[in-house]
Amino acid sequence: MSAPQVRRLELIAVAIIAALLLVVIPLLHVNGAISNFTIGVWGKYLCYALLAISVDLLWGYTGLLSLGQALFFTLGGYMHGMYLMRMIGDLGQYKKPIPDFLVFLGWERLPGFWEPFASFPFAMVMVFLVPGIIAYVFGYLAFRSRIKGVYFSILTQALTYAASIMFFRNNLLLGGNNGFTDFKFILGYKLNEPSTTRGLYIATAITVLLAFLFCRWLSKTKFGLVQQAIRDGENRVLFSGYATSHFKLFIFVVAALIAAVGGALYTPQVGIINPGEMQADKSLEAVVWVAVGGRGTLLGPIVGAISINALKSWATRAYPDLWLIILGGLFILVVLFLPGGIVSIPARLKAAWRKLRSAPPPADATASPQSVSAKS
Amino acid sequence: MPHPLLSVEDVSKTYDGFKAITNLTFYLYEGELRTVIGPNGAGKSTFFDLITGRAKPDKGKLDFGSDPAASHDLIALNEYEINRLGIGRKFQTPSVYTEHTVWDNLVLSLKGPRGVFASLFHRLTSTDRDRLDEILKTVRLDAKRSWKAGLLAHGEKQWLEIGMLLAQEPKVLLVDEPAAGMTDDETDRTGELLLSLAGKHSLIVIEHDMAFVKQIAVNGVVTVLHQGTVLCEGKFDEVQADQKVREVYLGRGKHGTR
Repeated sequence: MSAPQVRRLELIAVAIIAALLLVVIPLLHVNGAISNFTIGVWGKYLCYALLAISVDLLWGYTGLLSLGQALFFTLGGYMHGMYLMRMIGDLGQYKKPIPDFLVFLGWERLPGFWEPFASFPFAMVMVFLVPGIIAYVFGYLAFRSRIKGVYFSILTQALTYAASIMFFRNNLLLGGNNGFTDFKFILGYKLNEPSTTRGLYIATAITVLLAFLFCRWLSKTKFGLVQQAIRDGENRVLFSGYATSHFKLFIFVVAALIAAVGGALYTPQVGIINPGEMQADKSLEAVVWVAVGGRGTLLGPIVGAISINALKSWATRAYPDLWLIILGGLFILVVLFLPGGIVSIPARLKAAWRKLRSAPPPADATASPQSVSAKS
Repeated sequence: MPHPLLSVEDVSKTYDGFKAITNLTFYLYEGELRTVIGPNGAGKSTFFDLITGRAKPDKGKLDFGSDPAASHDLIALNEYEINRLGIGRKFQTPSVYTEHTVWDNLVLSLKGPRGVFASLFHRLTSTDRDRLDEILKTVRLDAKRSWKAGLLAHGEKQWLEIGMLLAQEPKVLLVDEPAAGMTDDETDRTGELLLSLAGKHSLIVIEHDMAFVKQIAVNGVVTVLHQGTVLCEGKFDEVQADQKVREVYLGRGKHGTR
């Protein structure tokens, strides 16, 4: 297959998936063929797709296995959650003008840092700012100290673990282990209206598409080349005059922001955000989505996040005790037998088909190296 | 005598008690092709590590620049800063970006801005393309420009890495065992290439293969390293006839070629 052919195939696949997610699902929802529950669940899958894209940008494209991306996702969720909590107004259980958990903790007035979150734009700025700054500071220290490989993975895991312990504490005044829930309004719209659910779903689908297009653009720039070169031979990059730590820091912050946006979209659609989302296993799950979907590809994380979470929705109802075993088994199977993930299946089938058709292999069956390089 | 381009003065480096480099003094002059030989463990690779910032000396001075008034203290700089001054390094095992095409390998090496934001909006000019075409011809990989570098033969990878070095347009090329894993014909051509670079660039070549050393050291000076310090320096024939050098090599039961 020549390079333009591959590009066209990729484009067609993307167009079909985009049309399905952006047009078909919302239309079926308007028409009533898809329930409010289902479109909400799909909205959640797409939020997870953003988290998966974030993991893949680091792991698949830069060789940095972050086991803490769910932290940035959850922080984004919390920042938006603070706005949603303020929008409850005095409609909470206690009928007080401050969030219920604060009443429960004995607060009469809103703590100062909660004040500005009544503004949606402020909350959105914080969705970017808080995870962005934390990623910057952590990344700056880690990359400057040249922490690599498994040590980097362990540190990111420790970071999200430490953060979850902090968020579980009530005196952080962010809802303790219950987090935020019981949301009522977003931008004046009632959250339990089907049209609001649909609107949030569409916003998420558009965000996923934009994130996809951004990553596609990025991977084709010289930055993308450097990024992948760092993955394959960091020393060579360093000794070619590139400050690899700057490149890693940049992509670490970008990935954190993508995860944060995913989290910000997750909170209103799922209706709850709590520190459970930043526990260590959540980040590990996201790594499995990427591995199963196809690491180091643009479509892989999206496909992986959707398919594994759809499987999870089904399996946790059908075989609730077996889910983790199924997930683990799937991960092992993919690593052993399908290292390219789900997205590599078409190419594999095609190769198998070609082999089958030319059973006695003629001389021209040896693939030219050009076609191999084009597939990358 | 002009001021040396690279001055290494009384440098020592110890790793956990092992003296890798001891009181090493070494000068490289502009346009020179210097060959460095020495038995295994003589400190040749550590020597390059010290120049390129990968390792820092325990003591001594490392200065770069032929103008003494504007020379750079290499000890204060890190790997990429040293590279940006114009010191390029080819590693002993060929290190190319295996998942990138030959062309992209060279694009990444091409002299130019190295910052994050510059790389986001980088575009190749037609001058850049011409330069890359020229390098591809020099290293004879013109026909394989769209190959993934990982698919190249060992010798071709070595050549690609030399091409990547050329693309950086460095003042000094540090070349570690360029002929390793090459056929005799490829080795010969590598020698010719390195000789043709001398003058315009300054080179330090580490090599084990004595036939190859003889080829590239025709006009230049050979430095023999032994136990982390300079054993002797001179023309190839002088060095070869030197009693100390013979002892070092023969005494260890090694005679260059690996």
